[in-house]
Amino acid sequence: MQTAYEMVIGLEVHVELKTRTKIFCGCPTAFHAPPNTQCCPVCLGLPGALPVLNRDAVTFAVRAGLATNCRIAGFAVQDRKNYFYPDLPKAYQISQYDHPLCQGGYLDVEAEDGPHRVGITRIHIEEDAGKLLHNDADGTRMDLNRCGVPLIELVTEPDIRSAAQARAFLQKLRAILLCAGVSDCKMNEGSMRCDVNLSVRRRGEKTLGTRTEMKNLNSFAFIVRAIEHEFQRQVDAVSAGESIVQQTRRFDPATGKTYAMRTKENADDYRYFPDPDLPPIFLTDGDIQAIRAALPELPNAKQARYERDFGLSVRDAAALCAQPPLCDAFDAAAPLCKEPLRLLHLMLGELLRLYDGEGDVPVSPARLAALANLLSDRVIHMGAAKQVLQAMLKSPDAPEKIVRDLGLTQVSDTGTLAQAVERVLDENTALVQTYLGGKENALQALMGYVMRDTQGKANPALAASLLKEAVMKRR
Amino acid sequence: MSHITALDAAALSAALARGEVTAQEAARAYLDNIAREEPRVGAYLTVTPERALEAAERVDAARRAGQALPPLAGVPAGLKDNLCTRGVRTTCASRMLAGYVPPYDATAVARLAQAGVPCLGKLNMDEFAMGSSTEHSALGTTRNPLDITRVPGGSSGGAAAAVAAGEAAFTLGSDTGGSIRQPAAFCGVVGMKPTYGAVSRYGLVAFGSSLDQIGPLTRTVRDSAMVLDALAGYDPLDATSVDRPYGGYTEDLEKGVAGLTLALPDELFGRGIAPDVAAAVEAAALRYEAMGARLTRVSMPALRHALPAYYILSSAEASSNLSRFDGVRYGHRATAYESLDELYEASRSEGFGPEVKRRILLGTFALSAGYVDAYYKQALKVRTLIRQDFDRALAQCDMMLSPVAPTVAYKLGEKTQDPMTMYMGDICTVPANVAGIPALAMPCGAGEGGMPVGLQLMGKAFDEKTLYRVAYALEREGL
Repeated sequence: MQTAYEMVIGLEVHVELKTRTKIFCGCPTAFHAPPNTQCCPVCLGLPGALPVLNRDAVTFAVRAGLATNCRIAGFAVQDRKNYFYPDLPKAYQISQYDHPLCQGGYLDVEAEDGPHRVGITRIHIEEDAGKLLHNDADGTRMDLNRCGVPLIELVTEPDIRSAAQARAFLQKLRAILLCAGVSDCKMNEGSMRCDVNLSVRRRGEKTLGTRTEMKNLNSFAFIVRAIEHEFQRQVDAVSAGESIVQQTRRFDPATGKTYAMRTKENADDYRYFPDPDLPPIFLTDGDIQAIRAALPELPNAKQARYERDFGLSVRDAAALCAQPPLCDAFDAAAPLCKEPLRLLHLMLGELLRLYDGEGDVPVSPARLAALANLLSDRVIHMGAAKQVLQAMLKSPDAPEKIVRDLGLTQVSDTGTLAQAVERVLDENTALVQTYLGGKENALQALMGYVMRDTQGKANPALAASLLKEAVMKRR
Repeated sequence: MSHITALDAAALSAALARGEVTAQEAARAYLDNIAREEPRVGAYLTVTPERALEAAERVDAARRAGQALPPLAGVPAGLKDNLCTRGVRTTCASRMLAGYVPPYDATAVARLAQAGVPCLGKLNMDEFAMGSSTEHSALGTTRNPLDITRVPGGSSGGAAAAVAAGEAAFTLGSDTGGSIRQPAAFCGVVGMKPTYGAVSRYGLVAFGSSLDQIGPLTRTVRDSAMVLDALAGYDPLDATSVDRPYGGYTEDLEKGVAGLTLALPDELFGRGIAPDVAAAVEAAALRYEAMGARLTRVSMPALRHALPAYYILSSAEASSNLSRFDGVRYGHRATAYESLDELYEASRSEGFGPEVKRRILLGTFALSAGYVDAYYKQALKVRTLIRQDFDRALAQCDMMLSPVAPTVAYKLGEKTQDPMTMYMGDICTVPANVAGIPALAMPCGAGEGGMPVGLQLMGKAFDEKTLYRVAYALEREGL
């Protein structure tokens, strides 16, 4: 363990807002459109074209701010950030500088290394840039569809001390933004991307070390690996007496290493100034209250509700609430369930593993409820339900039909089960003696053989009681 | 039909309405005038005869079909070449955009088209509207039609010269620090810079976004009011456009000035104003007094800082606005480059002329880390003080009156080597842009060499109606 050093991390998270149209024009924001088909004079930055703010972008950003405990500004300014790059057609990005929409928030996160509060410095709105497609055959091509897609940039305080905390923060943030309907947070499509600012210092020191910035990390796994590698690299360098150079670094998932992209010899001068084309944004207390009132139930409240109403453990409730689409599916299915807790256990036990975390849950609430009801009615047991659920992801059939097709209907016939039990006891006399000798565990092993004998279809509770009864008779 | 071009826009409008002239005859008469005058004047960068005649034909057809038409239907106009015109090259008189053809019409252009105005072509200007004599055009020389050895003023020099030479019934210009009013004064026509926010800037290639306004250059005050009626209006495509009622600018023309208070700001009659100009403007003031207006003097101390504040703000905004001309997607691209940075550097070095480069450098400097507080932010504070001075002054009077420019039109080449002297010429016009208020330039007599002197009227925000009323009173009185 690197006990002598600690890492200090601040995050910058860019999140694409779920508005129908772009931030300064009426072009659609849909992903996957053919290159340069979602553009107009405004987002192409043609001479004479002017931006007009999409108020939905403000509403979404304020939602994000309220959901992360930020103060919302009554007065906010949009500024130009000037720099030349071919993916930026105006040669300035409309962003916010010293009057952002949201400031001074925080999120409490639960990581493996304990609870932790991460401060949020600010959230501001800005426009996305286009995409350059480099190709050896015909050079560089531009796709400007992304130009003007609305983003929020969220900047944290340098409060994060481990990769686990960084991951927990991002997962919580993602769950909140999904819940609040701010973004679809698809990391693989770039609608949520993260820059990590990392420095190291000796434990106990108060001043910050020189930091490096790792840009555009687009999966939780990469973020964790990038942080771990970069921490080790900096510790090694500092331990060897080298100094850290302030620079932007790129993480290569293939090698698991970070590489220097460019060194910031002197800070970039973006010549920020208020965009004269855009009047300041004014938000009254009434505006902010209206946005707050329209916020849906957020993950913290959901988690408390699941703990209270269904007796879920903190850990289980948190795991479920990290995936708002699962919560939505559960909340929609629960009224249709005879025993909603059965569905919760099924979701925690299996759906959480099967669901990729992107987009809607691929099984409808009605089908989920039908499956849970098969559990309640003792038609199948949990092991079979997991198999059925896997099949339901690929088939539109009703769960009842899948159960029949797979021959999973639970055996609750006492006679059939008693025969199976006797067969198992006859074939495992040694285990029987072990159990009768006082080793309680042996009963579990015998139970396993009973399940195997019935191809897993035995009603577990009934089989267990029959087994116990039969084995005692052999004393 | 050469007499057609002798009619002002209002008279032509009436003749068209009465069926004495067809729109096609009017368009042809102006195209003939352009062909005759251009070798001498050089107002146009692009002439679009086919488009003009097609538009005129549509107007004639509509009129034959008995449709009610807007007043300007069939009245041919020219456009400053920084107004985007779909399918017609829009150069800003720059090598950078010499071949640029916009895919859309500016809102002002679309409004004129909707009003049935046939567009004759695109007019010369100082490159990207930076300059006061049109000598900074990279694409051609425009001469003052009243004396071709003199400049037409600028930056809307082509727009003013075309009106003065009868090459258009009216034209549209843009005014960031006097670019409509000063050339109007130099060429002896009427130039109006409306209140900031009254005319949409959508499709006007931006120079100083917080200062730019589009406005008409016309032969008469009434023409100006008629054109502004068609231009002014809220535009959802321009976030700085103000949503309020507009129009009716000709309604109060005849009401006279009796009972109105006109103020003369001390700071605009001081050092640097040529005696012939001061004399003509003061004579105009006295004529207003004779018509029943009350004259008063007013002091606006912040105006002493208007010129430097203007040059910092306009250049700062320009440095950012003109960054998009990078040679990547459209406009001039250098042929020799080894890297992206070289592509940018070479394309911009070749594409921009010296005055534009000077302003970009000035503005970049004013926004740079370490200087932004001393220059850009200081200029914003001065802007606030100037607005307060105007608020105070306009609370005590109905209108302010001053010269447009310190001198009459000077000789071609006379000031090109001395940018500071050229900048000083904007001293009377920039305050209205900095404050966002409407200001009108009109002829008020002759000065040196028989050249016209311009009178400037500055009014309250969105009170163009009173501005026109006061201007009309003097015009009607005769000079």
